[in-house]
Amino acid sequence: MHARTDAADTTPSWPDDIFATLQRFDVRQVPYVPDAGHSKLIQRVLDSSTMRGIPLTTEEEGVALLAGAWTGGQRGVLLMQSSGVGNCINMLSLIPILRFPFLTLVTMRGEWGEFNPWQVPMGSTTQGVFELSGVKVLRASNAAEVPAVLEAAAAQAYNALTPTAVLLSQRLIGAKVFTK
Amino acid sequence: MSKANLLDRRQVVSTLLADRRDVVAIGGLGASTNDMCAVGDHARNFYLWGGMGGAAMIGLGLALAQPKLPVLVITGDGEMLMGMGSLATIGLQKPCNLSIVVLDNEAYGETGGQTSHTSAAADLVGIARACGIADSRAVTTMAEVEAFAKAVHDVSAGPRFANVKIDSANLERILPSRDGTYIVNRIRGDLGFQPI
Repeated sequence: MHARTDAADTTPSWPDDIFATLQRFDVRQVPYVPDAGHSKLIQRVLDSSTMRGIPLTTEEEGVALLAGAWTGGQRGVLLMQSSGVGNCINMLSLIPILRFPFLTLVTMRGEWGEFNPWQVPMGSTTQGVFELSGVKVLRASNAAEVPAVLEAAAAQAYNALTPTAVLLSQRLIGAKVFTK
Repeated sequence: MSKANLLDRRQVVSTLLADRRDVVAIGGLGASTNDMCAVGDHARNFYLWGGMGGAAMIGLGLALAQPKLPVLVITGDGEMLMGMGSLATIGLQKPCNLSIVVLDNEAYGETGGQTSHTSAAADLVGIARACGIADSRAVTTMAEVEAFAKAVHDVSAGPRFANVKIDSANLERILPSRDGTYIVNRIRGDLGFQPI
């Protein structure tokens, strides 16, 4: 049993903003490992006729998938939670080697009012892991800045082949609260 | 050390690609990628020199992007074991144009021939089938390799998987290009895509 508190509202509209941006950039393949913070966006993708949502068993699969998608002429975006970033590390080496557009949207855990200590180590190193791996990091901390951050991230990832991660902060998505 | 009746890896790969037509072929890190080059460099060969465990997923991304194109992943047992979860991901997506061949010598040939999990326990055909890839074959003869090579061109009946038992001989290394950007852009160019 758990519930989200401290979110901007109970049915946030920022996932719709993200979806609209991805659609405008002609994103076609959306690999993901589910996260509660991504649930609305995942549902929009699964309901879409132009995007294909692809559930993964582990996040690194998504990095390789996006390399193949680009080779076949399609853009993609990887959706994951901060704990999944560590699972990707070696596969991130494909990005500079193959030089394909890489955009990932990461819902953060282990920060802003975190309840679960097990989320904190990976959440604390998420940004550093990306930067050491050559992926630029942008962050959205409130709903109002999501559209502009997404627009900038998608533009630099797809137009300039700048590998980019957008961290969707726990303050934005709401800290997960466990109740007995 | 070699068991009887095991197939020759180069002969297997040569047969898989002999009548390749429009096939895009992805070679997994290790001897598989060298085998693909040894039987003939090609604009639609995707050679991997890293990203261990990623070959099948690159194949899935390509197969979903180009559903009318036959996509063939050729990799080794060690590389496939590292990406075993991708068989579940592929089993769920069921791309009709994707075929995966594992050249199974039951060993990590590139690193000194240490035995792999397929030598005594792991059954990759059983795993692929249990992940939802109904057409999963245990291949032990060249006739079966030829039949699979024909099936690769049927882009309406995949995904399909074959585990081919090969002998563990270390063959002369024929090295493909190590420039990943060149390799990807060469395939993209052959498919008609312009540079950004």
